[in-house]
Amino acid sequence: MGSMKEVFNSLLLKELLKGMSVTGKYFFARKITVQYPEEKTPMSNRFRGLHALRRYPNGEERCIACKLCEAICPAMAITIEAEPRDDGSRRTTRYDIDLTKCIFCGFCEEACPVDAVVETRIYEYHGEKRGDLYYTKQMLLANGDRYEAQIAQDRQLDAKYR
Amino acid sequence: MDALMNFGLGMFGGVWPAVWTLVKIVLIVAPLMLGVAYLTWAERKVIGYMQVRIGPNRVGPWGLIQPIADGLKLLMKEIIVPSGSNKAIFIIAPMLAIAPALAAWAVVPFTDSLVLANIDASLLYIMAITSMGVYGIILSGWASNSKYAFLGAMRSAAQMVSYEISMGFSLICVLMVSNSLNLVDIVYAQDHGRFAEWGVGFLSWNWLPLLPMFLVYLISGVAETNRAPFDVAEGESEIVAGFHVEYSGMAFAVFFLAEYANMILVAALTSIMFLGGWLSPVGFLPDGALWLFAKMAFVLLLFLWFRATFPRYRYDQLMRLGWKVFVPVCLVWLFVVGAWMMSPLNIWK
Amino acid sequence: MDFQTLVFFFLSAILVFASLRVITARNPVHAALYLILAFFSCGGVWALLQAEFLAIAIILVYVGAVMVLFLFVVMMLDINIDRIRQGFWHYLPLGALLGVLMVVEMGLVLGSKYFQVPASEAMLPANISNTKGLGALMFSDYVYPFELASIILLVGMIAAIVLTYRGPKKSKYTNPAKQVFVKAKDRIRVLQMPVEKD
Repeated sequence: MGSMKEVFNSLLLKELLKGMSVTGKYFFARKITVQYPEEKTPMSNRFRGLHALRRYPNGEERCIACKLCEAICPAMAITIEAEPRDDGSRRTTRYDIDLTKCIFCGFCEEACPVDAVVETRIYEYHGEKRGDLYYTKQMLLANGDRYEAQIAQDRQLDAKYR
Repeated sequence: MDALMNFGLGMFGGVWPAVWTLVKIVLIVAPLMLGVAYLTWAERKVIGYMQVRIGPNRVGPWGLIQPIADGLKLLMKEIIVPSGSNKAIFIIAPMLAIAPALAAWAVVPFTDSLVLANIDASLLYIMAITSMGVYGIILSGWASNSKYAFLGAMRSAAQMVSYEISMGFSLICVLMVSNSLNLVDIVYAQDHGRFAEWGVGFLSWNWLPLLPMFLVYLISGVAETNRAPFDVAEGESEIVAGFHVEYSGMAFAVFFLAEYANMILVAALTSIMFLGGWLSPVGFLPDGALWLFAKMAFVLLLFLWFRATFPRYRYDQLMRLGWKVFVPVCLVWLFVVGAWMMSPLNIWK
Repeated sequence: MDFQTLVFFFLSAILVFASLRVITARNPVHAALYLILAFFSCGGVWALLQAEFLAIAIILVYVGAVMVLFLFVVMMLDINIDRIRQGFWHYLPLGALLGVLMVVEMGLVLGSKYFQVPASEAMLPANISNTKGLGALMFSDYVYPFELASIILLVGMIAAIVLTYRGPKKSKYTNPAKQVFVKAKDRIRVLQMPVEKD
């Protein structure tokens, strides 16, 4: 008897009509598309985007060339060379991040003892050649200078959870 | 109209009938191609809406110029002919796919007078021409010299031959009750009956007394056009894109056009055979070609709705549906309709 | 030469060419395609003779169904042309004999007009369509041969199935008819169990 009922249900297309009623309902539902360049989704202050090297307020660069970030980087995207500066302090002569290798895990940021390398909220950048995504120390410092206000604010918001 | 005829006779003389026929062909094919272009747009919009998206909306207002942009893009692209392919057949296959889809329109009546060729056996002609659509697919699959294309071709050959049978049976029921093979007569046969006299003509159309055949025809039509959920010939998740995997540029676009032209054709035939063609659903509104277009739009919406709703049939389930469900249902209903027509309850006198 | 004659010669030229290619084409798929072209032109010639039902039927049945299955099989075959051509001279005498016989028979039939055999003139009824006339004849005067022919076809079909049936399959396979009726409750059972304490 049960199987007869099933045969009739399938001949009457009961399940198909049920499925079509679901899609039919969603046809009139409010659309959730975010129209990207004009509209953007809200973003966390912990967002891990483009890298930057920060400076102290007096203009001195924070990075002390401890190479912890280079060591922890799982994609080996960071290359650092260092030698003592004229005033005897330890500074980098080279600090490169290959963004084509980077997996944006944020480990470099976690490892940094002086909050020098950070990941910003910036995700709208591009390179037209492969080399364009190889960020050198000057480019990273420039990023830090440009977005310092935003970076500082994001760290401030996150400080109490650290 | 007469002035146009006289002008044409004066202009072209003896070849005017041929020229006039050509003009009529262009008048059918050009809007058809435009319809195909905007059907792709409608498909993306409708499926987008059912998936809570908004679909194409960047090129022009509401994305209305999107199909034109797509067409231009495909025109500009290179047609790559694989080195191991059978070149002649590889090039001919898309033409074989689209030719039947266009040729069948010769006998489709838009109203009782608006038809290119009102031949006696137009239903047979339609069945013969649409049955040739499968060649484009199997030849493209074979000529591509590619596993996936060949698998798609084999699948679609078996599928289309199987579903043609149930389609033919459902059309036999239609021609039994309308006592004619002519599409114009088939539409007129749906115009009388008790409901038509009461002014609710849509209840006397074939879809109600032949409801199982209507459903069989509609579903077989979806299968014949290789549309979801019967798109095993393409099956992009299993055999990448099936028969047209090696095609690019305009050669691919021709397959695309053929698929959508076939969809519109099946929608037109369903409307004529089961939904009363150009007849008005209620007595107080006049008949006209607009009704046919409205019914076609409804059937096409169903096609898109199916695609947005159902997952793809597995191949053996599809064959089971064709042979073990549709063919027996058709045979039984054929007998029922025959008995009904012989009984005193016959409503098709 | 009127238009109809022109069309006739056009179609028959294609028909003859395509038929020749059917037997000369090296590639079996090409041969099958030429056969399809031959059927199609043949349908055209019949349509010229006002036999529109036969014309459409040959396209519907042969082009639309039979040749599709034929191509289906031919495409799957891996035909070695050289091996097939090996037996050519061996079979030639028999083949030639059969060919000559067929030509003579065709000549006798088609040439009856020249041998002064009173040919039965086909009568074309004025206002009855070809399809209707054919159907009426088939189901009234010739209903017995018609049914007999269908029985023979049915027997042929059953015979083919019996000949190729190899007994029940030993390998495991799925039954789609059973699968489509499976419900969630057939496959998964939710058990209420008391919490185990140690």
